[in-house]
Amino acid sequence: MSRLALALSALVAVLFAASLTTGPSNTSTLSDLSALLLGGDGPLPLVMREIRLPRALLGLMIGASLGLAGAAMQGYLRNPLAEPGLIGVSGSAALGAVLAIHTGLAAVFTLGLPLAALAGAGTGVLLVLMLAGPRGASITLILAGIAISALAAALTSLVLNLSPNPYAASEIVFWMMGSLADRSMTHVWLALPLMLVGWVGLATLGRGLDALTLGEDAAEAMGIRLTRLRLTLVVGTACVVGAATAVAGAIGFVGLVVPHLLRPLVGARPSRLLWASALGGAAMVLAADLAVRLVLPERDLKLGVLTALVGAPLFLHLIYKTRAEMT
Amino acid sequence: MWGCVRLSRLISLGLALAFAGAVTASVTRADSAPRRVVSINLCTDQLAMLLAAPGQLVSVSDLAADPHSSAMADTARAYPVNQGRAEEVYLLAPDLVVAGAYTDPATVQMLRRVGLRVEQFDTAKSLTDTRDRIAQMARVLGREEEGAALIAKFDADLAVLETKAGTRPRAALYHPNGYTLGGGTLADDILRAAGFRNLAAELGHRGGGTLPLEQLVMAAPDLLISAAPLPGASRSEAVLGHPALDALRKGRAGLRITSPDWICGTPHVLNAVERLTEARRAMPEGGQ
Repeated sequence: MSRLALALSALVAVLFAASLTTGPSNTSTLSDLSALLLGGDGPLPLVMREIRLPRALLGLMIGASLGLAGAAMQGYLRNPLAEPGLIGVSGSAALGAVLAIHTGLAAVFTLGLPLAALAGAGTGVLLVLMLAGPRGASITLILAGIAISALAAALTSLVLNLSPNPYAASEIVFWMMGSLADRSMTHVWLALPLMLVGWVGLATLGRGLDALTLGEDAAEAMGIRLTRLRLTLVVGTACVVGAATAVAGAIGFVGLVVPHLLRPLVGARPSRLLWASALGGAAMVLAADLAVRLVLPERDLKLGVLTALVGAPLFLHLIYKTRAEMT
Repeated sequence: MWGCVRLSRLISLGLALAFAGAVTASVTRADSAPRRVVSINLCTDQLAMLLAAPGQLVSVSDLAADPHSSAMADTARAYPVNQGRAEEVYLLAPDLVVAGAYTDPATVQMLRRVGLRVEQFDTAKSLTDTRDRIAQMARVLGREEEGAALIAKFDADLAVLETKAGTRPRAALYHPNGYTLGGGTLADDILRAAGFRNLAAELGHRGGGTLPLEQLVMAAPDLLISAAPLPGASRSEAVLGHPALDALRKGRAGLRITSPDWICGTPHVLNAVERLTEARRAMPEGGQ
C-alpha cells in the first residue's frame, strides 16, 4: 500500500514538473525552474509565476478533487457508475457558475462564483441521491444522472444564449468540456478554500465507507451514523466539484476512470481508494492538460475531450459488465 | 393673395414635374441599376450606405446599427434593419441582395432559389482589397461615378497617412480568447500603414488565430492593442484582465482599444490608421 502511495506521488510530482516546463515558448527546463523559484529579469519569471504555475496547481487541485469525489460517491452508493460528471453534479455546478457570471454576482462578490457553483453542485448531488435512493441501483442512478445532466446543460446553454455578450454563446463548450488555458492565481485562490473544506470532509468518510461495504444495518451496528455520513458526502462533493467546475468547467470521467483503475490495487477498500483516487485523479488531469498542450497547442483543445476519449469506452465496458451481472 | 398662391402652386408643380422628369431620365440612363437593395452583412451594409443613391438601399443588417461592430451605427439607424433571414429578405422584395462571402450558405442558396439576385463580397484582406470592394459595390449598385470619387479620396487620404518610418515598433493584437490577427489580414495592413510591425505575423501567424498568452508576454510588444469590453460578462474576455497582461501593460506596452473601424474594408479603416499613427508618435521611442 505504501508502495502504491509512493508510486502515485512520484507520478504526480513528475507530471506537475512537466506541466510547469511545457509551454509554447521554447525555454530550457533549468531556466524555467530557476525563474519560477528565484525570479530574475525579463518576462520569464512572470510567465512561470502567473501563467504556468496556476495552470499546474489547478490541474493538481481539480484532478485530486474529482478523483476523491468519484471514489467517495462510488463508495457510498456501492456502484462503480457513480461519477460527478456523469450523474450531473458537474453540470449543475457549471449552471451555478454561469448564473453567477451572467447575473453579475461573480463581479460584485469575490467568492460569489465558487459559492454559486457549490450551490449548483449541492443541488445536483441531493437530487441524484434522492432519485437514486440510498442503495443507488444502476438504472435509477443513470436515469437520474441523464435527467439532471440534460436539464443543467440545457439551462446553461439558455443562459449563455440569452447573454448580451456575443462571446458568451461560444463558451458553452468550455462549460461542458472544461479547460485550464489562461487561468491565473486568482482562480487558484478562488477555488482553494472550498476545496480544502471538501477534501477534509471527504477524507473523514473512509471508516464509514468501509463499514458500509457490509451493508447499512451492519454499518449502523458498528456505530456509523448514516445521515451524518450522507450529509458529509453531499457537502464535501459539492464543495470540491463546485470549486473545480467554477474555475475550469465540467471535466468528466476522471472520477470514473481513476477509482476503477485503482480499486484492485487497494484491495477494494473504500478508505484506501479515497486517497489513492485523489492522487490518481491529479495525475490524470495533469496528464490530460499536458496532452492538450502538446497535441494541438494552437487550438485550445478542451480537457473533457481527452478524458472522455479514455473514459467513455471504460464506461461502456462497466455498463456491459453491470448488465451481465443483472441477468 | 390668391394669385400668389396660384403662382406658387404652379411653380411647385412645375418643379415637381421637372424633378420627376430628371428621375425618369436617370433611371432610364442607369436602367440596369437595382432599385431595391437589401444588405445582410455588416461590411456590405457600410459600403452600400456610402454608395447607394437615396432610396436605393431599403434595409441593412441589424449589426450595422450596433455601435460595437459598426463604424456607421448612427447612419444605419435611418434604415430598417433585418436579421439576414431568407424569409424576411424575400418579403422586402429586393431586386438585389448584397451579402458577404461567409454569409450562411443556406441563406444565400435559398435566396437564389427563390429567384433573387445575390452578390457576395469577399472579405478585405488589405487596404488594396478595400479599394476593390468599394469598386465592386459601386458596380453592382450602378454608381460607378460615386465609387470612383470615393476611391480617389481613399487613395489621397491614405497617401497622406501612410508612414515610411525607419524604426517600426512592434504591436500585438490580443482579443478575447487570445485571438490575434497575423499576416495577410486587413488588421496587419492597417498596422503596416501606421508604421508598426505586427508581432503575430513575425511569430509566423497567417490569418486569424490564437496567440498563447505566454508567447505574448515573452515577446513583450511595444504596443498592445485589444478590443473594448462588450456589455455582459464573458469568460472569453476575462483573459484580457489576466495579471500577466496587467504586468505587461505596466511596463513598456501601452493599451489601445480597437474600434469597429478595423473590421470591414471600408474607407473607415483610415480612421484606424490615423489613431495608430497618433499612438506611435506618442510613444517615447517609436515616433520619428
